[in-house]
Amino acid sequence: MSRRLHIEIFRYNPLDPDSVPHMQSFYVNEYDSMTLFIALNIIREEQDPSVQFDFCCRAGICGSCGMVINGRPGLACHTQTRDLPEHIVLHPLPVFKLIGDLSVDTGTWFRAVGKKIEAWVHSDDTAFDVRAEEARMENALAEQIFELDRCVECGCCIAACGTARMREDFLGAATINRVARFYIDPRDERSDDDYYDVIGNDQGVFGCMGLLGCEDVCPKKIPLQDQLGIMRRMLALNSVKGILPKGILDKMKHKGCCHEKH
Amino acid sequence: MQTIYTDLLCIGAGLAGERVAVEAAMAGFRVTCLSIVPPRRSHSSAAQGGMQAALGNAVMGQGDSPDVHFADTVKGSDWGCDQEVARIFADTAPIVMREMAHWGVPWNRVVAGTHTYYKGGKPFEAEEAAEKHGLIHARAFGGTAKWRTCYTADGTGRAVLNTLDTKCLQYGVEIHDRTQAEALIHDGERCMGAIVRCLKTGELKAYIAKATLIATGGYGRIYRATTNAVICDGGGQIIALDTGLVPMGNMEAVQFHPTGTVPTDILVTEGCRGDGGTLLDVNEYRFMPDYEPEKAELASRDVVSRRMIEHIRKGFGVQSPYGEHLWLDIRHLGVKHITTKLREVYDICTNFLGVDPIHQLIPVRPTHHYSMGGVRVDKNGHAYGLKGLFSAGESACWDMHGFNRLGGNSLAETVVAGTYIGKQVAQFLQGYDLDIKSAAIRDAHDKIAERIKNIATSAKGRENCYQLRNEMQDAMMEHVGIFRNEKDLKEGVDKLQALYERSMNIGLQASSKGFTPEMSMALRIPGMLKLALCTAYGALMRTESRGAHTREDYPERNDRDWLNRTLAYWKDGETLPVLKYEEASPYYELPPGDRGYGGGKIITAELPPEKLTVPSKGKDEPAAKPAKSAKKK
Repeated sequence: MSRRLHIEIFRYNPLDPDSVPHMQSFYVNEYDSMTLFIALNIIREEQDPSVQFDFCCRAGICGSCGMVINGRPGLACHTQTRDLPEHIVLHPLPVFKLIGDLSVDTGTWFRAVGKKIEAWVHSDDTAFDVRAEEARMENALAEQIFELDRCVECGCCIAACGTARMREDFLGAATINRVARFYIDPRDERSDDDYYDVIGNDQGVFGCMGLLGCEDVCPKKIPLQDQLGIMRRMLALNSVKGILPKGILDKMKHKGCCHEKH
Repeated sequence: MQTIYTDLLCIGAGLAGERVAVEAAMAGFRVTCLSIVPPRRSHSSAAQGGMQAALGNAVMGQGDSPDVHFADTVKGSDWGCDQEVARIFADTAPIVMREMAHWGVPWNRVVAGTHTYYKGGKPFEAEEAAEKHGLIHARAFGGTAKWRTCYTADGTGRAVLNTLDTKCLQYGVEIHDRTQAEALIHDGERCMGAIVRCLKTGELKAYIAKATLIATGGYGRIYRATTNAVICDGGGQIIALDTGLVPMGNMEAVQFHPTGTVPTDILVTEGCRGDGGTLLDVNEYRFMPDYEPEKAELASRDVVSRRMIEHIRKGFGVQSPYGEHLWLDIRHLGVKHITTKLREVYDICTNFLGVDPIHQLIPVRPTHHYSMGGVRVDKNGHAYGLKGLFSAGESACWDMHGFNRLGGNSLAETVVAGTYIGKQVAQFLQGYDLDIKSAAIRDAHDKIAERIKNIATSAKGRENCYQLRNEMQDAMMEHVGIFRNEKDLKEGVDKLQALYERSMNIGLQASSKGFTPEMSMALRIPGMLKLALCTAYGALMRTESRGAHTREDYPERNDRDWLNRTLAYWKDGETLPVLKYEEASPYYELPPGDRGYGGGKIITAELPPEKLTVPSKGKDEPAAKPAKSAKKK
C-alpha cells in the first residue's frame, strides 16, 4: 500500500561558484497524512542537510512555503502527498530572487511593491482620541475587508502570472488585491485619482492579460480576479469622468461586479 | 564585518516587535527590525481567536470593565502574576484595540438585533443593543466572566499583523528579514545591540543600537508536539540567558492548549469552544460539565487540558494510530458560522485532517502551546540585569500571565505591552547617548565566529544537531509534560544535561558555501537545551501545583512557600541554571483565593496588610486610564 516517493528537487546555490542548477532525486517512504512539509524535512534531516526550503507555521497560515509542485505553484505545507503521483517534481517560485534551491526572497519583493502602492490606511494618526469611542463600521463591511486582508503573500499568484513572468515591474494580483482592500476601507482617505496614480497603468490593472492563473492557484481562495475587475472599472470610469455625464457614471459605478448582488 | 547603526533594534517583527517599533518610529527614532522570516510570516499571524479587552459592547459583555478583566486575569494566573502589570494591561487594552481599529484592523462589529448564540452546545437568543451597532464585537473565551475577546473572524493575528506591518512601512521602520541575532553585544552593564547572522548568505553583521528589544515569541520547539511554528525556537531568550546577567522568569510555566489537532498538532482556536463547541469522549459524551459544572469547556486552559488527560486516563479516550485523543464538536454551529467566523478552522480540518467539521468531529488532544515564562523584565519592559535591553510579548516574562494565561490575553498582550513598553523605550531613547565599546563588539563577534568555525569543521566532534533536537523534544514530552513528578523530572533533567554536554560537540553533516540551514539548527541547539533545562529544573524545584505547573506529588497550591516567581540565571560553563526567587507581585490588589474552577487545595499565606493595599492607585499612569465608554456600564 505504502508508496516510495520519488521527489526531484531543483538544486542551485548562487553563493557557490561551483554550483550549477540541476535536479536531484530523493526517495522517501510515504505514510498516512504525509505532507510535503514532512517529506522535505525527512530529506533534510536524514539525507541531505544542505537542502534549502522555507517553512514556518506548517499550517497553511503564514505563506512561507510557496513552491512549484509538479508544475503548479502552491503551499507545500498543505499539500498532501496522497494527492500527488509517486513522482513529485519541486521547483522554486519564479519571478522572485532565488536564495537557494527551493527558497526565494518574497519578503523584499512584497515590501518594494508595498512601498510603491503606499500600502497603509491613509488617515490622520494624530486624530486618534484615547477617550473616544471607536468609529463605527458595518460588520458586513468589516468582513469584506478581512476577506481581502486574508492574503498571506505567499507569492503563488505572482509566480503563476503570465505578465509578471514577462515584465519585472508588474505589480501582480496580490498587490492589486491590497489596493482593493484599502479602496473599500472608509478609513482610507485616498481619492479615486490617488489610486489612479498608483495602479492606473501597465504596471497595475491595465497590464493584466486576464489569464486567471492567479486566482486558480491562490491557496486562500481570495477572489483576485474580482478585485482586478473592480479596480479596472473604477479606474476606467475615473479616466472618463470629464467626458461622461456624472449621472451615468454614478449609475455605472456600482454595477457589473460579479460579487455584488443586484 | 558590516556594522549597522540604529536607535532601536527590534529582534523579532511579530505583533509585539512591530508595535514597539511603530511607537518608537512615530516618536522620531530610527528603528530596525530583525526577523527570521518576512514579518507577515511571524507566528503572530497564526493566532486565530482574538484579543481580550473590556470594551463591553457585545450584549454578553454587558457590565464588563477593566476591573473584571483584571480579576479574570489574576485568577487565570493562579495568583502567579504581577498584579501591577495585570492592572496596567487590563486598563490599557480597550484603548489599544480602538487604536488598532483607527489604524485599519477590520474587527468584527456589533450587529443590532436578535442573534442566536451557543453556550455549551445549546442555542440561546440575545439582543444586541441598537446604540452599540457598529462598535467592536466580542466573543467568549475560557476563564472569563464576560464575552470580551475582540476578533476578526478566526484570523485576528493575521489582520492585526497586516495592519501593524503597514504602519511600519508608513513610518519607515527598516525591516531586515532572514536574519537571526546570535549574541547580544554588552559590556556587563549596558546592551549595545547584537551580532546577527544573515540567513541568505551566512555572513555575520554587527547591529549597534541604543536600545535593543527582544520580541521573538516563545520557545515551544523544545517540545515535539507543539502548536508553535518551526521558528519558535527561543532565539531571543537564548541570547539574553547567554549573557549570564539576564534571568528567565517562570520557565516552568508552560501552557498546553486543549485543542491541538491529531496528528499534526496544528491548533484550532479556543473560539470554537467560545462560540459554543463542546468536547466529547469515545462515547460521544460531553464530559466537561461533570468535572467543571460552572465553566465546563470554558474553564481556563490548564484546567481543561488536565481534565481531558484525566478523562483519557479513565479509559474514555478515542484510540488512533497516533495515540489517544478526544473529540471537538462544532457541527451544531452550522455551515455559515463555520465557513465565516471559523473559516481557518474549516481549512485546517479539511486540508490537514481530512475532516469536514460541518458534519464530522475533530480529533483533538492537549498540545504544547505557550510559554508564560521568558526574559524577565520590569513593568516598563526593561530587562533585569542589562540597561538598554527590553523585551515584550511572549518572549518576555512581563508577567501578567503568572502560571496560566487566558486565551485571548496573549494576543492582546502583544499590542498592549507593545504600546506601553514602546512608550517606555521611546522615553529611554530620548537624550540617551551610547558609549560604544568596540571591544564588546569584537568579543561578541569572535565568540560566534569561533562557534561557527568549530561546527563547520567538526573541530569538537560530529554530533548530529537534528538527532540532539529529537532527543531533547522526546525528553521534554516524556518528563516535563502536563502532569509532573519528582522522579520523572529528575530523569528529564539528567537526560537534558547529558544532551547539553553533547551539544558542545556538534559538527555539520554536510558542508556548503554561504548559508546552510543545518548551521542554523546547530547554532540553536545548545541554547534550546539551556531553555529546556531552565524549564525542567524549575519544575523540579517548585514543589507545589500552580496554574499549568501540576505536580502529582505536590497537588496543593502552596501560597505559604511558593507565592513567588522563579528566576533562572545561566553561568558560563555550567550545565544547570542557578535559580533565585522573587515575590510574585509587589502587592495583591486581589488577595490570593480560590479561582472558582479547577478544584485543588490551597495552603494559604499570611500576608501583611501593606501587601494587600494598592499604593497610590492609578496616579503614576495617567495614559493608562480607560476611556469613559468602557467603564460606564
